Amino acid sequence: MRKPFAITLDPGSSLANHTGSWRTLRPVYVDRLPPCNHACPAGENIQAWLFHAESGNYEAAWRLLTEDNPLPAVMGRVCYHPCESACNRAQIDAAVGINSVERFLGDYAIEKGWTFDQPAAPSGKRVLVVGAGPSGLSAAYHLTRLGHAVSIHEAGPVAGGMMRFGIPKYRLPRDVLEAEVRRILDLGVELKLNTKVDRILETMRAGAFDAAFLAVGAHIGKRTTIPAGATARILDAVSVLHSMEGEDKPLLGRRVVVYGGGNTAIDMARTAKRLGATDAIIVYRRTREKMPAHDFEVEEALQEGVMIKWLSTIKQAGEGALVVEKMRLDETGFPQPTGELETLEADSLVLALGQDVDLSLLENVPGLEVDGGVVKVGPNMMTGHAGIFAGGDMVPSERTVTVAVGHGKKAARHIDAWLRGAAYAKPPAHALAAFDKLNTWYYSDAPKTVLPVLDAVRRQSTFDEVQGGLDESSAQFEARRCLSCGNCFECDNCYGMCPDNAVIKRGPGQRFEFNYDYCKGCGVCAAECPCGAIEMVPEEI
Amino acid sequence: MSYQPVKFYQTGTFTVGNRLLPPDVRSVQSTQRRTNSLNSGHRACQGCGEALGARYAMDAAMEATDRQLIAANATGCLEVFSTPYPETSWQIPWIHSVFGNTAAVATGIAAALKVKGRSEVRVVAQGGDGGTTDIGFGCLSGMFERNDDVLFICYDNEAYMNTGVQRSSATPGAARTATTMAVGEAPGNVFGQGKNVPAIAMAHEIPYVATATVAELHDLEAKVKTAMGIRGARYIHILVPCPLGWGHASQDTIRIARLAKETGLFPVFEAAYGEVTSVSRIRRRQPVEAYLRPQKRFAHLFGDPPNSAVIAQLQALADRNIRRYGLLEPQEAA
Repeated sequence: MRKPFAITLDPGSSLANHTGSWRTLRPVYVDRLPPCNHACPAGENIQAWLFHAESGNYEAAWRLLTEDNPLPAVMGRVCYHPCESACNRAQIDAAVGINSVERFLGDYAIEKGWTFDQPAAPSGKRVLVVGAGPSGLSAAYHLTRLGHAVSIHEAGPVAGGMMRFGIPKYRLPRDVLEAEVRRILDLGVELKLNTKVDRILETMRAGAFDAAFLAVGAHIGKRTTIPAGATARILDAVSVLHSMEGEDKPLLGRRVVVYGGGNTAIDMARTAKRLGATDAIIVYRRTREKMPAHDFEVEEALQEGVMIKWLSTIKQAGEGALVVEKMRLDETGFPQPTGELETLEADSLVLALGQDVDLSLLENVPGLEVDGGVVKVGPNMMTGHAGIFAGGDMVPSERTVTVAVGHGKKAARHIDAWLRGAAYAKPPAHALAAFDKLNTWYYSDAPKTVLPVLDAVRRQSTFDEVQGGLDESSAQFEARRCLSCGNCFECDNCYGMCPDNAVIKRGPGQRFEFNYDYCKGCGVCAAECPCGAIEMVPEEI
Repeated sequence: MSYQPVKFYQTGTFTVGNRLLPPDVRSVQSTQRRTNSLNSGHRACQGCGEALGARYAMDAAMEATDRQLIAANATGCLEVFSTPYPETSWQIPWIHSVFGNTAAVATGIAAALKVKGRSEVRVVAQGGDGGTTDIGFGCLSGMFERNDDVLFICYDNEAYMNTGVQRSSATPGAARTATTMAVGEAPGNVFGQGKNVPAIAMAHEIPYVATATVAELHDLEAKVKTAMGIRGARYIHILVPCPLGWGHASQDTIRIARLAKETGLFPVFEAAYGEVTSVSRIRRRQPVEAYLRPQKRFAHLFGDPPNSAVIAQLQALADRNIRRYGLLEPQEAA
C-alpha cells in the first residue's frame, strides 16, 4: 500500500510497549488484620460485617456476625468492647461505635425474626454441654452448626447463667436475652433445666455422649473474714444479684455498703440504689486507677449517686455500722493499713470480692487438673481428661461474656476436630493493619454518634435499661465511620490514580488486579490506598 | 461552586470512587467505561503527574462532550512520551502541533468545524508549562483575545522536563533546575520573575479560568465538565508534580500535589470573566516546609544551617495566596 510522503510504518498502539519491564518494585494486594478483629475475644470479623452494614445490608451483616457470635443483642449491651479500644479511628477523632452497631444488628434481627441457617448434615456424634451460660450456649450453637447433636444440662431453672443471674436488668433486659437463647434452641439444641450434673463421667456414659464441654461458671461468692457482731447483716453480691431474678427481692436496708472494686461491685451498688437505698457506698482498698471495674460503668454509677470510698478496708462489722480503716499505697502500689479508723453507718454489707467455681462435678475424673480453683485446659480447651473440654469462667481467663462466647466457639472447633480424630489448625492470621499503614487523608471527619442515655432520676428508681440503642440511620452512619483497616473497600483510588492505566477494575465486589505488563512500579497506588491494602514488594530478577 | 464534597461517609468524595455514593456523584475515573484517553504503554517516568493529569482531563472532557472531541497537543513531555513514531497512546482524535502554536492550531480546528457545521465536535488544546507560558504564549493570548471556542489546558510541571529540566517562566523561586543551579549567593531560580498565567488569562476576561491539581480528582473533573459546558475561550491550569525534575519519590506524586495546595503555594480556584467565583479551601494547613522538604530541587534550602530566609520568603508567598484567594475556612461563629 502506498503511504504518504515520509511515512514508512503503519500507525501502532503503545500497548506494544510493555513498560512492566521497568519495574523494580511490584504492587500486591493484601488483606491485613484489622485491630478490632485482632482485639475481639469472641473472634468476630468486625470489619467484614461493618462492610455490609455500611451499605444497609443488615441481614448479610448479621449473618456474618453470627458466624462467630450467636448473641449479638446481648453482646451489644454487655461487652466491654476491646475492639473500640483498639480501633484505629480513635487516633483520628473517636473510635467507631462498634458495640452500638452490633446491638442495632442484634435488635434488628430479633425485630425481623431472622433465624440461623440450618446445621450441616448430622455427624452422628453426641456432645454434652454442662451449663447454659454464654460459654455453654456458644459452644452448643457452634457444635450444632457443625452437625453434632448437643444436649445442655443446666442446674438452674432457666438458661442464661451469669447473663441472667449476674448482670442486672438495667444493663440487659431479659426479653432480649430470652429471644437470643430461644433462637439457639430453635436450631435443635436440647436444653434440660434443673438438671445438675454431679458426676460428669457417669452422666456422659448414661447419655452416650462422645464428648463434653464444661461451662458451669463461677457462682460462689468469695468470703473474707471480717470480725462481726451477731446482728451484722453480711451478704454476698452473687447471691443478692441472683435473688433479684426471684419473687422475693432481697432486703438490704437504706444504707448499703458494697465491699470490692470489680464490675460486680458496681452492678451491686447500682442495684441497691434501684431497690431504694438512700446511700449505696462502695468500699475499695485501692484507687480509681487501680479499680478493675470498667471506667464507663464507674462513671454511670457515680452519675446515679453511688458513692465510692477509695483506699479503705472494712475492719469490723456491727449492727447498723462498720469500722473502716484508711489505706495508703506503698511504692509497689500495694495498699497498706494506716491505723486510721472511722465508722460508717450501714444496714447491710454486701461482699463483691470475686467468685469461685463449684468443682464438685469433677471429683474422680482421671487426668483432670485443678489449679487455683479453676480447671486447667490446654490450648485446645481440653482438660487433662481426653474428650472433656472446659471454658468460660471456670478456666483461667478474664471473666466476661465476650471471653466466654469466644471460649465456646474455640472449644466447639476443637471438639469437632477431636470427634473426627483430627486436630483443628487455626488458619494463619494476616499481619496487623496498624495505624501507620493507613492514608488518613481520605477519611472525612465524622464524630462518633452518642447513644441516648436514660435520665438519672429514672435510673435511680427503676430497672429500665440505661442505654438506648441507635436507630437505623445513625447505626448506618456509625458503620460508615469504619476505616476498613487493611481490607480493600473498593474506593477506586488505585484504579483512578495509576498514571499507566495498569489497574484493572473487576466490578462491584470483585476488587481489582494489577496489569503487570504495564505497571512501572511507581508505588502511587500503595501510597494513596486509604486502608493499607497494597504492599510494594521487590521484584525478583 | 465547582463541586460540593459529600461529607460523613466513610471517605466522602475524597477518594476516586465510593461504592456508597450514588453513581451520578462518582468520578469519571472510577468508572469502567472511562475512555482511557492516554492508554498504557506510554513512556512517561514512573509516577508521572502529567500523564495522570492528561488522562483525568481528557477522560472528563470526552465524557462531557459525549466523545465528540479533538485535541491539539504542543510539543513537550506529554507529546514525546505518548507518541514515539509509529506508536501512539492516545485513544482520542489527536494532533501534534509544534511547540509554540497549539492554541493557533486548535483555533484553526474550531474554525474548520464551524465552517463544516459540526458544532457538536469540541476542541481542546493542551501543552506543558513551556508550551503555554513561554513559547506558546503569543498564540495563547491571541486565542483568548479572539474568544475562540477552545479549552486550553496547561499541565504545569514548572520546568522543561523533557529536555533535561531547564527553567521556564513557571518555575518557582529557589527551585534548582539545570539552568538555575543551586550555587552562589542566591541559589536556584530567582524570585520575582516568571508569569502567573491563570491571572493573565483572567485579565483577558475570558468566560472561564480555573486551576486544579492531580490530587483533587473530583474538583478537576468538575472544572473540565464546567469548561466543556461553555462556548468561547477557556483555560485550565493543572499542577502536575514531576518526580524526575522535582526530585521526589515516584510514589509521592499525589502527596506533593496535595501539599502544594494545602500549604497555599498553589491556589486552587475558578474564575468567570476575570472574577474569582470559587476557591477550593485548605483542609489541613501545612507550613511550606512540608511541601519543600521531600523535593530535591529545594534540598539546598535544608542544609546545615537551613536557609531560613528563603524558606520564610516562600512561606510569605503562600500566606499571600491564602490572603488573596481566601483559602482558609472562615472561622465558624462561636
